[in-house]
Amino acid sequence: MTAIDPESFNAGADEAKEARRARLFTRINKADAWFKVLGLAWMTPILKAAAGDNPRAQVKEIWQLLGVPLAAIAAFLILWGALAPKVQTSLGAIPGPAQVWEQVENLHADYLRDKAKEAEFYERQDARNAKLIAAGKEDKVKERAYTGSPTYYSQIFTSIKTVFFGFLLATVVAVPMGIAAGLSKTANAALNPIIQIFKPVSPLAWLPIVTMIVSATVANNDGLFSKSFLISAITVTLCSLWPTLINTALGVASIDKDLVNVSKVLKMNTWTKITKLVLPSALPLIFTGLRLSLGVGWMVLIAAEMLAQNPGLGKFVWDEFQNGSSQSLAKIMVAVFTIGIIGFLLDRVMFTLQSLFTFSNNR
Amino acid sequence: MRKALLLALSTTALSTGAFAEMLDVEKDELKFGFIKLTDMAPLAVAYENGYFEDEGLFVTLEAQANWKVLLDGVIGGQLDGAHMLAGQPLAATIGYGTEAHIVTPFSMDLNGNGITVSNEIWEQMKEYVPEENGKPVHPISAEALAPVVKKYQNEGKPFNMGMVFPVSTHNYELRYWLAAGGLQPGYYSPQDVTGQIGADVLLSVTPPPQMPATMEAGTIYGYCVGEPWNQQAVFKGIGVPVITDYELWKNNPEKVFGMSASFVEENPNTAIAVTKALIRAAIWLDENDNANRMEAVELLSRPEYVGADSEVIANSMTGTFEYEKGDKREVPDFNVFFRYNATYPFYSDAVWYLTQMRRWGQIAEAKPDSWYDEIAKSVYKPEIYLEAARHLVDEGLANEADFPWDSDGYKEPTPAADVIDGIPYDGRQPNAYLESLPIGLKGDQTVVGNEVKG
Repeated sequence: MTAIDPESFNAGADEAKEARRARLFTRINKADAWFKVLGLAWMTPILKAAAGDNPRAQVKEIWQLLGVPLAAIAAFLILWGALAPKVQTSLGAIPGPAQVWEQVENLHADYLRDKAKEAEFYERQDARNAKLIAAGKEDKVKERAYTGSPTYYSQIFTSIKTVFFGFLLATVVAVPMGIAAGLSKTANAALNPIIQIFKPVSPLAWLPIVTMIVSATVANNDGLFSKSFLISAITVTLCSLWPTLINTALGVASIDKDLVNVSKVLKMNTWTKITKLVLPSALPLIFTGLRLSLGVGWMVLIAAEMLAQNPGLGKFVWDEFQNGSSQSLAKIMVAVFTIGIIGFLLDRVMFTLQSLFTFSNNR
Repeated sequence: MRKALLLALSTTALSTGAFAEMLDVEKDELKFGFIKLTDMAPLAVAYENGYFEDEGLFVTLEAQANWKVLLDGVIGGQLDGAHMLAGQPLAATIGYGTEAHIVTPFSMDLNGNGITVSNEIWEQMKEYVPEENGKPVHPISAEALAPVVKKYQNEGKPFNMGMVFPVSTHNYELRYWLAAGGLQPGYYSPQDVTGQIGADVLLSVTPPPQMPATMEAGTIYGYCVGEPWNQQAVFKGIGVPVITDYELWKNNPEKVFGMSASFVEENPNTAIAVTKALIRAAIWLDENDNANRMEAVELLSRPEYVGADSEVIANSMTGTFEYEKGDKREVPDFNVFFRYNATYPFYSDAVWYLTQMRRWGQIAEAKPDSWYDEIAKSVYKPEIYLEAARHLVDEGLANEADFPWDSDGYKEPTPAADVIDGIPYDGRQPNAYLESLPIGLKGDQTVVGNEVKG
């Protein structure tokens, strides 16, 4: 008989199934590390439950990780919606969630309207140029960029661009200085008073000085480095320098003594010592500093844009305040949420980078 | 075959004809600044209706935080031109404040300002204002404000009011109104530029869009500003406009379009092209008895321009003005953009601003009549204006009859009846005019320390 024994077949299948399940769970557990980095920790219990793990235990975890935050947000929205209309200002009542959402749609509609206008502009330009070519005046053909007002999205983009440029500049300055301060007592003694004095200075105090210097030294005003862009970026740099500098110095100074001794035994030169030894062991603290710096930079940028009238989200808030229309408050609240959400995302990005680059015990 | 050839010929002739009109502009990507006020309308209209593009100009319009930032932008070259206070190009040219030679080929509008006081002041003022049929009689003189100011002075409280810039129309209009009611608005001197020497009412600077908020906060008791910020006070229920500048001085000149002299010198065709587009916008705004005004209101209420609610803007743009809430009156000429040669840059307008600078001590020493004429001619450029107008008439876009081709740049003297205190103004005789004003510097008088000498 060549019939297959059904019992042994079933056992084989069960084994295979069990193995698959085990593999699935290892994968989920592996993914969990990534979910945590990305702030999606609640995905793990959901996936586990879907894969057939004990649902009761998972439900509790899902409630902790997803249910509670969502309930808190819902409570916040209800409270906001109930209390806001009670506060009367000269621009009408404080807008509730519904009115703010309406402005989100409004801003998006404005964006679409602007896009349409831009397309029309290029159509007109093409028609004009075609006519010129037909008339044999190729030399008069002009291609010019559209000159409309910036949309909400382009203002967000400008702000992000500015903060990253300023932050990059700050990193380039702060990390080497921090390493120097961490490695050498003399450098530390020299830098310390300067850091202590400039660290608490508000961006609003730097701004006029930066404005005057940039206006005086930057000649051309077009291209990527327009004056207003540089002014806000440099203000961001000046204020976001310090957390990176201090944390780098601290990280470098607190290297394991044994490691330093090893480097002495191996007669490493300074460069190798920095790249092979100092940087890897100081990296977690350097990243902590960078994360703080980017957060500070984002806060500073909004203030700088507001005061210096540089394009971006800060100017959007100020313009709306000046407009004083019945929609202004709701639009400003849209900006507040945008600023908050972007700040949160920036922090996540830094956290992810930190997890990728450091070899801490957590991972 | 012949027909086809003819057709081809005629189409090319037509299209080349259309292009021949276009000026060969030296710079075609331009950035203009403006302040969020309804009288920036010609700029928004010229942009949105494509008048700039018709001239081959690619213009970016950018709102500025305040008049100082705007002026610095034009001087520094970040802005190619801007919606300016009439006093700004004159003050910059004579070196009061930042010195720079600024010229203007285009006057943007007539009237359009108002003086507003807070509810608290209005309640106290009201008993001195004559009434008719239960409504206050307009125009209201500052004589009604005088007892209130006295009361505050006796209580030792300074009486503060806001205006938008030291050389703004609003400063001079507020001063004119106060002085016409017997209140001393204070002098400037070379040492003390606060403009509060010997003042009954202390004036200080606040940017236009912040006026209502500043008054609501109690920092100032009233202000003089352009629209929509007077109507905004009515809508918010925080203040009452007491007089419009139309009632102060019928059809007084307001904003101008300023460019730096070097820019105009290097880009003569661009200056003419810009002026052409602005004249077309002004014509559109006043066309068919203000028929397009509602459309303009919709434009201005967009957040990138003035951004206030359209009802607020419409209130004054469409020929009415609301004083106390519910007391809406017809002021058909509250905003004039083209009628009465509003866009022509008259020398006499420039001279009036210069006389006010002299009257309040911003020009510290006496100047001969010829000096006023000379400065006016170096800043106001009717020749550019008329050339732009000539192009427009030739292109069939404007009427020959709408422009004062033969004017020598001086308006007919303003009759006494058109001014609140009944003092006539003749731009050809600035010193005689200064003599005729009861409050203010005249002759060789100067301000030394806290006193007027001479």
